[in-house]
Amino acid sequence: MDLSDSGIGHEGKFVKAYLTCEESLEIYYYMRLNRSLEELLVRLFRQNKLVGGLYGSLGQEAISVGTAYALAKGDWIAPMIRNVGALLVRGYKPRDILTQYMARYTSPTQGKDGTSHFGDLKERHVISPISMLGDLIPVLTGVAMAGRYLGHKIVAMTWIGDGGTSTGAFHEGMNLAAVQKAPFVAVVENNQWAYSTPVSRQAPLRDFADRAKAYGITRYIVDGNDAVAVVRTAREAVEKARKGGGPVLIEAKTMRMAGHAQHDPAEYVPCEMLEYWKARDPLSRFEKYLGENRLWDEKAREAIHARIERELAEDLKFAENSPFPPPELAEQGVYCEGCHSVEPEWRRSKAEVMPPKSSTEAAWTVADFGGIEGPKRASSGKRTTAKR
Amino acid sequence: MAVVTYLDAIRQAMLEEMDRDPAVVLIGEDIGVYGGAFKATAGLLERFGWERVIDTPISETAIVGAAVGMSYLGLRPVVEMQFVDFIACAFNQITNFAAKSHYRWGAPVPIVIRGPAGGGVHGSAFHSQNPEMYFVHTPGLKVVCPATAYDAKGLLKSAIRDNNPVLFFEHKFLYRRVKEELPDGDYTVPIGKAVVRRPGRDLTIVTYAAMVHRSIEAADELAREGIEAEIVDLRTLLPLDRETILDSVRRTNRLLVVHEDTRTGGVAGEIAAVVTESAFDDLDAPVRRVTSLDTPVPFSPSLEKHFLPNADRIAAAARDLARY
Repeated sequence: MDLSDSGIGHEGKFVKAYLTCEESLEIYYYMRLNRSLEELLVRLFRQNKLVGGLYGSLGQEAISVGTAYALAKGDWIAPMIRNVGALLVRGYKPRDILTQYMARYTSPTQGKDGTSHFGDLKERHVISPISMLGDLIPVLTGVAMAGRYLGHKIVAMTWIGDGGTSTGAFHEGMNLAAVQKAPFVAVVENNQWAYSTPVSRQAPLRDFADRAKAYGITRYIVDGNDAVAVVRTAREAVEKARKGGGPVLIEAKTMRMAGHAQHDPAEYVPCEMLEYWKARDPLSRFEKYLGENRLWDEKAREAIHARIERELAEDLKFAENSPFPPPELAEQGVYCEGCHSVEPEWRRSKAEVMPPKSSTEAAWTVADFGGIEGPKRASSGKRTTAKR
Repeated sequence: MAVVTYLDAIRQAMLEEMDRDPAVVLIGEDIGVYGGAFKATAGLLERFGWERVIDTPISETAIVGAAVGMSYLGLRPVVEMQFVDFIACAFNQITNFAAKSHYRWGAPVPIVIRGPAGGGVHGSAFHSQNPEMYFVHTPGLKVVCPATAYDAKGLLKSAIRDNNPVLFFEHKFLYRRVKEELPDGDYTVPIGKAVVRRPGRDLTIVTYAAMVHRSIEAADELAREGIEAEIVDLRTLLPLDRETILDSVRRTNRLLVVHEDTRTGGVAGEIAAVVTESAFDDLDAPVRRVTSLDTPVPFSPSLEKHFLPNADRIAAAARDLARY
């Protein structure tokens, strides 16, 4: 059942037993690891063992994990600050996130940057975000366009908050993706708050998916706290984009259950609102789903929890024993000289993009003259050139 | 050997690089069917097709962002800014995304952002600017400003083959006014290397882009008075070729820096600092500057003429310096 453009995502009850037992337990592992890792980070922050601020995804784990889970191995992602779950699905380990937050030499950036600001072009196809919101939208559009150009059947995905959709970069990127029909999926995590500003002060919209109408692209709205619905919706969106259907915007409705960052007590959030969302906690709901559908038992649950506890203990030890980077590193790597090893991986014939095969007539196809009476069609699209 | 304009040299560089490497693609506004506002990409859509010559919406941020994304998969996009003034719209993508990518997480961004800069064509405040110093202040970028057709072609080829984000500021006053015979085959000009355009013993004029030609006019006039000015064409502002500047100043002992960019925060200040730090004892006179005024670029020809440096002002400053 294709629910795109209906404005309604997949409801949990509709997709019961949609996931296999193995998939369900894997998704649970990532969601639980996401939360436990961030609980550990909060403790470390309070013990003053982190460098800089700590940003969390409490209450939003189903979105990061569920959407990233819908991607294939060769696909590309760029996480934002609250997408640790997506990084874990992509194969990063807790030690990568711990060492980033602790600014150690062993971190993916060797201490050059912190938080989720890291990536890997070769194996995991992860692009590092920057702190300025919206800029990943055009960058991932370019990734999607390049993938298509090289003959890859890839999809590019990134995440953005309700607040981030107010930026000019978001609009420019979505619009370029739309006219290019780029295989790109934008996940708008509507978590009700942009730092202290409520969604009503970002845009007078209840559904941020409505923004998709302006780009003429497919949109979904999904319950972002229902992991099964998120996976199913994301899989449909990803396949649509992969098949050439153009970019897709998914709005996942959720709630930021802590402050903007650890320093923020979020006193501007009404208690009743937190209570409402606490009753819809994505992990509790997914645990209930697993139990009701007999996808696990107590033994399986304990095994996952024990695995996570063990992995976190090992990786914390690794991070704490890691050195800070040598000071001279600060001077290195501003430029890439003699180090470039990112070669395009061609999966189509290069001859197709070289003359004479690539040669074409420089003329636009104009099918609609744009008058107020409605589409006025020249016979099957008129080619216009400058010649008169 | 054929006589080629500065503009056509730029077009040739793109065409030849696209013929050489299918990873090279062009992206920008009106570059395909129309061939670019100044026709720098004329005929390239016909030759390379819609996938490699990409006409975009009016979205400088998205254009640069998409180029960055493409470069992560090994492509080498060349972005056209219709006028380089519009680069301001993409400032964040350039200075925060592209420039810091390799340093922060080891991901090189081999892109070129090129387009027409500079005044003298009555374009007023938004079609005449020299925005190079916004970017010279950003580690991770390279900033190139060619003055001749030979350099424009050779430097653009180097920029396309470079593994870093290169801003390539073409001077639109030179597009069809400057021409020379170019070699038939492939050649490159290295980024980061200045060149002595004219040898001289009495003073050094360090300059770039259109002001190279104004400085040569001034030097010819000075020569008739017996003052021999050496002209150093920087060609690249970032990284700056300190050695060539210092080598010249150590021989002439006098330095005049000339640029069309505004005065405060212009590259002349940086060059003066480099020279006083490293060759203070070689100087026989204070460093002088001839620049445009610290104002927006004005529109009316009488105002713009007053705003821009010219050969007379360069010669006057050089005379003062030679007599100091």
